[in-house]
Amino acid sequence: MDTTLDPNNKPFVSDASVSVEIETEDMTLNIGPQHPSTHGVLRLVAKVDGEKISSVEPVLGYMHRGYEKLAEVRTYPQITTLVNRIDWVSGFANEIPFIAATEKLMEIEVPERAQHIRLILTEMARIASHFVFNGAYALEIGALTPIFLAMEDRERVLDLIESVTGGRFHPNFNRIGGIKPAAGAGPTTKKDIQDLPAGFYEETRIVMEKVLEGVERFENLVGGNEVFKVRTKNIGIITKEMAEDYGVSGPILRASGVKFDLRTKTDFLPYEKFDFEIPIGENGDCYDRWYVRLMEMKESANIILQAIDSMPSGPLQTKVPKVIKVPKGESYVRTENPKGEMGFHVISEGGLGPYRLKIRTPSFSNISILPELLEGQLLPDLIAIMGSLDFVLGDVDR
Amino acid sequence: MSFGTEILVKVGVVLAFALNGAVICTLMDVKASAWMQRRPGPLHVGLRGFIFPLAEVIKFIQKEDIVPTKVDKTIFKLAPAFILFSVFGLFVVVPISPTLVVVDLNLGVFYLLAISTLSTLGVLIAGWSSANKYSLMGGLRAAGQLIAYELPLILAVVGVVIQAETMSMVGIVEKQIEWGLPFAIAGQGIAFVIFMIAATAEMMRIPFDMPIGESELVMGFMTEYSGIRFLIFYIAEYINMFVMCAIAATIFLGGYHVPLLPVEWVNFYGPVVLLTKTLGLAFILVLVRWSFPRFREDQLQNIAWKILIPLSLLNIFVTSIMKVVF
Repeated sequence: MDTTLDPNNKPFVSDASVSVEIETEDMTLNIGPQHPSTHGVLRLVAKVDGEKISSVEPVLGYMHRGYEKLAEVRTYPQITTLVNRIDWVSGFANEIPFIAATEKLMEIEVPERAQHIRLILTEMARIASHFVFNGAYALEIGALTPIFLAMEDRERVLDLIESVTGGRFHPNFNRIGGIKPAAGAGPTTKKDIQDLPAGFYEETRIVMEKVLEGVERFENLVGGNEVFKVRTKNIGIITKEMAEDYGVSGPILRASGVKFDLRTKTDFLPYEKFDFEIPIGENGDCYDRWYVRLMEMKESANIILQAIDSMPSGPLQTKVPKVIKVPKGESYVRTENPKGEMGFHVISEGGLGPYRLKIRTPSFSNISILPELLEGQLLPDLIAIMGSLDFVLGDVDR
Repeated sequence: MSFGTEILVKVGVVLAFALNGAVICTLMDVKASAWMQRRPGPLHVGLRGFIFPLAEVIKFIQKEDIVPTKVDKTIFKLAPAFILFSVFGLFVVVPISPTLVVVDLNLGVFYLLAISTLSTLGVLIAGWSSANKYSLMGGLRAAGQLIAYELPLILAVVGVVIQAETMSMVGIVEKQIEWGLPFAIAGQGIAFVIFMIAATAEMMRIPFDMPIGESELVMGFMTEYSGIRFLIFYIAEYINMFVMCAIAATIFLGGYHVPLLPVEWVNFYGPVVLLTKTLGLAFILVLVRWSFPRFREDQLQNIAWKILIPLSLLNIFVTSIMKVVF
């Protein structure tokens, strides 16, 4: 009572325009490492105000396996086994940049037929990877059916890869200077070596038709769904400038409207012989990223169909020494993987194994955009955006 | 029959009806999904997949019932029961024939709408007491959803009440028999669609399963539950689906009545007719569930406040005018 009468104190005046909004503290929500939609063990420390995200900090490293270091104590032929496991959804595609970088150092010319088979299998890996994305993305948006259809379609492609290489996920099929003779293709004595299993061309044609059918089905079932559209259109927009600044690559970059595909820019595999489109998006939103991948599957199937029609004959391997020693020097090869740009920097001191192997993986660079992209979004959109970036944790952490 | 035995018999019948309905709905859900997704498991394994619900129940019963340390134990344990009670309570006024009804309340519709709200309360306390951030968000989403869908649900039924001039469930069916057409065709088509959409939101089924939203909130308000308590949530979900479809069939599709059959025999064919109509509606929900993605919470609010509520108000308006004119 006295204090209010004290002239030194301000008189108590009720403010007519009191804000009713209460200052609330943001809640810290740990999304992951154990969470159904973080594709493994990504952890996002999110500050949320109700459903709204004020900031996100990705925490990596839960799946770090030290492949760069492991490679230093292995010989070159042994390393293909490791690189298979970086992005396990498209195991075959990972081998190409490493093998190509090593071959570049050794100045080996790879036979045309081996290059063709590599190309076919890489595109198959791309289709398999995008099928997984399509199913998993629909699942994250909340549709439960597409994942089963996607897995069924993908299994056919994996069966093809298995029939050639002997492995579904981790083919370990490339050799320096060519490829390994196919599994189940008869005895591997030098004279009657066979590469592709009997009936491979016909089987591929059937499967690719089914893939094209599957793409159409996805376009109708998922893309034609109004709920899917309102959940993905204009959500998580990556502008052209943002995409270039953050160094995102692959379908995400192309969905933002940048027509950049390493398959046409570099010559790691003979893509220039084939006729294909590079699908690009307009807005760079989640829907575009989904759509670009879907169209890429179509193009990949077309490339494979063209490739089996124009398969050159010839040897599978060039002559390489029994003990592979790489001359001193360094080389960097980058390839267009299903998830984006993958590069291997091989530094050789002339030994049996590399002195240093630097791996540039697409997913790691792609998710660097997450904090900026997720700021101010709603929690369900976080899942939609994260899913649309299509990363694999093995590819992030190596 | 004394009052005690009557109550016992009624409780027994309701239990049997509800649980069998839940089993049938589960089977339908699983079978239809397996058929749509070409999954061999539920289609071929174990008596062509028909013992699947049994296996599921046994699996959940034998699991450990984990109660985390920091939860509010009493409320945590009570929440599943809360939900189960509320869905059982809905059966009380659903007539399977003019005489075969637990009790034909004068305010049957009012009772239904009041009781159906209770289950959300159960969801909310489950989410709150779990001491888990995901559970809490699931519970809050459910509460937000309650306000959004409960209004169109009530407003949709108001149109029927105006047209039927009664709130008794049996009275509503009798009125439809008198008119010769179910209300879904005779004037309340929009109300029927609004009711089904709002009911889907209340059941927390896709596309309105945001309180569970397993890709976002792990399992929403059920995250911390395991074993038999999780099973209760699971069963309650299917009982709820069954009873909401039964209510929709009664209010909008003529309930136990079917034209051309002799009215004296309604006690015999009534249950079968109602069951058929109920399962027909449930099948639509199943198809929707397995082909649609999930909405976002704010999108649900938009649909409820900007489309469903104005539409149902308009429906009431038109119905009232028609009532006065004719």
